[in-house]
Amino acid sequence: MAIRRVLGTETEFGITVLNQAGFNPVVASSAAVNSYAGNRRRIQWSFDDESPGQDLRGAGPIDASSIEIETGLVNTVLTNGARFYVDHAHPEFSTPECADPLTAALYDKAGEVVLARAVDAAQRLFGADERMVVHKNNSDGKGNSYGAHENYLIERATPFGDIVRHLTPFFVTRQIFTGAGKVGAENGRPDVDFQITQRADFFEEEVGLETTLKRPIINTRDEPHADASRYRRLHVIIGDANRSEVQVFLKLGTAALVLDAIEDGAFTEPVVLSDPVREVWSVSHDPTLAHCVETVESGCCTALEIQWRYFETVERHARSVGVAPIWERVLGEWERVLADLEREPLSTADRLDWTAKLRILDAYRRRDGLDWGSPKLRLLDLQYHDVDPRRSLYQRLVDRGDMRRLFTDEEVAAAVDDPPEDTRAYFRGHCVRRYRDAVVAANWDSMVFDIGEETLKRVPMMEPLRGTSRHVSELLDASPTAAAMIRSLGGNDG
Amino acid sequence: MAEQERAKRTSGRKDQTVDESGAPASAAGEEIADKIDGLLEEIDAVLEENAEEFVKNYVQKGGQ
Repeated sequence: MAIRRVLGTETEFGITVLNQAGFNPVVASSAAVNSYAGNRRRIQWSFDDESPGQDLRGAGPIDASSIEIETGLVNTVLTNGARFYVDHAHPEFSTPECADPLTAALYDKAGEVVLARAVDAAQRLFGADERMVVHKNNSDGKGNSYGAHENYLIERATPFGDIVRHLTPFFVTRQIFTGAGKVGAENGRPDVDFQITQRADFFEEEVGLETTLKRPIINTRDEPHADASRYRRLHVIIGDANRSEVQVFLKLGTAALVLDAIEDGAFTEPVVLSDPVREVWSVSHDPTLAHCVETVESGCCTALEIQWRYFETVERHARSVGVAPIWERVLGEWERVLADLEREPLSTADRLDWTAKLRILDAYRRRDGLDWGSPKLRLLDLQYHDVDPRRSLYQRLVDRGDMRRLFTDEEVAAAVDDPPEDTRAYFRGHCVRRYRDAVVAANWDSMVFDIGEETLKRVPMMEPLRGTSRHVSELLDASPTAAAMIRSLGGNDG
Repeated sequence: MAEQERAKRTSGRKDQTVDESGAPASAAGEEIADKIDGLLEEIDAVLEENAEEFVKNYVQKGGQ
């Protein structure tokens, strides 16, 4: 039986300051993160346990100098258990650990609100003509990409070869419902008017450790942020940042169900693609969904046909083991989106970013007689992703009732402040809220407190499903100070 | 054999899809096509002013 799957997302946002001479993205990103933190004392991120050079295939750690290590210039831990920081030249938001895809989608959306508030708060640093603009997208249209990563806790015992074998065709073909849409092609790919995803053009390897160049379909970073003898963290870098709530839910929920089926050995007849990297580009470059994906044993199949095969295996497996209602909901959305894409791709414009965007772009093109190279279409493409609700084209669709939603604005706002109840993020978030002055540092699997004694106190949190509301809310309620909480914890790890 | 069964199942789903085309999400898909003109006017009102300059200056280096 597959494990209870902890999951979450990390999103790098595009950032610019209009009309600012000498704009520097690192300075601007730092301004956004610091402005959001405001006068509250920021809590440092501890890098003690981080090892991004560790390879899931077991060869690592490789020489850390051959990949880029996070600089950790500006970091903050929020009361919802999330991490908000500067990574490379972008503001980045990592959701707290979540125990189901709906909650993870909610916190992914809360990240947009955090960024929108950060933009507003940073504005006081700028001149009257200058304005910070932040986009939840993955490409500048000029060959530069930045990531929207997904994380799934997986069993260490599952052979990594199984993960690669079964996830690769799934990732190549899921683009038809995970894409955020993009005008044109980049990175040396053949030119197209419009393609399904932001990220496809940047994938160049099947399996690898890189995240900034030669990006692989399956990333092998082995940094579980949990008990490494039991778990791996699957770090998925082949996905778009999505504005659509339904789409974030679908993207996370379907991948989690596929992982369940892999862990339980449910895939008996794997689809093997002849050239997975080339197919990543080709599937993305065909919004008609007619492109034929070459497989080794089944000849040529459309991405939809391959997705139906995955759906059928996963559905059968889910029925045989029995799943909670949330997973039935994932299966329902998955089946419906495949059926609707098959019938008429634009009929999914109420829930997929790429079709919603294509609908706007097509209508604009017709009305104004624009060709696909027009800067106005590229601007529309960018502005779809603006996190400022006053300017975002996505938000126009939501306000008109054209996009289906899963959450109310109130639910998203609550997730900006409050952590999930059912993972260790609950402990992290509430410690930040209650004992901010005593928290010296935090990271995914530990927190360090200064309770006025000679030594700092470190609380390890190696099990993502402990430190939940059920485990620690009484302890926290009974502890007016961090010192009292640490004393009550004794030798336990919460 | 397994291949044939799968083909049958998949085409069965296609038929089912046609039957279900009256489902709320699908109907919404067609309905929104009619509302596009008003949407474009709303977008005109919020679109950044100088498209050419905005797009030209939009450069995002140093990402994962």
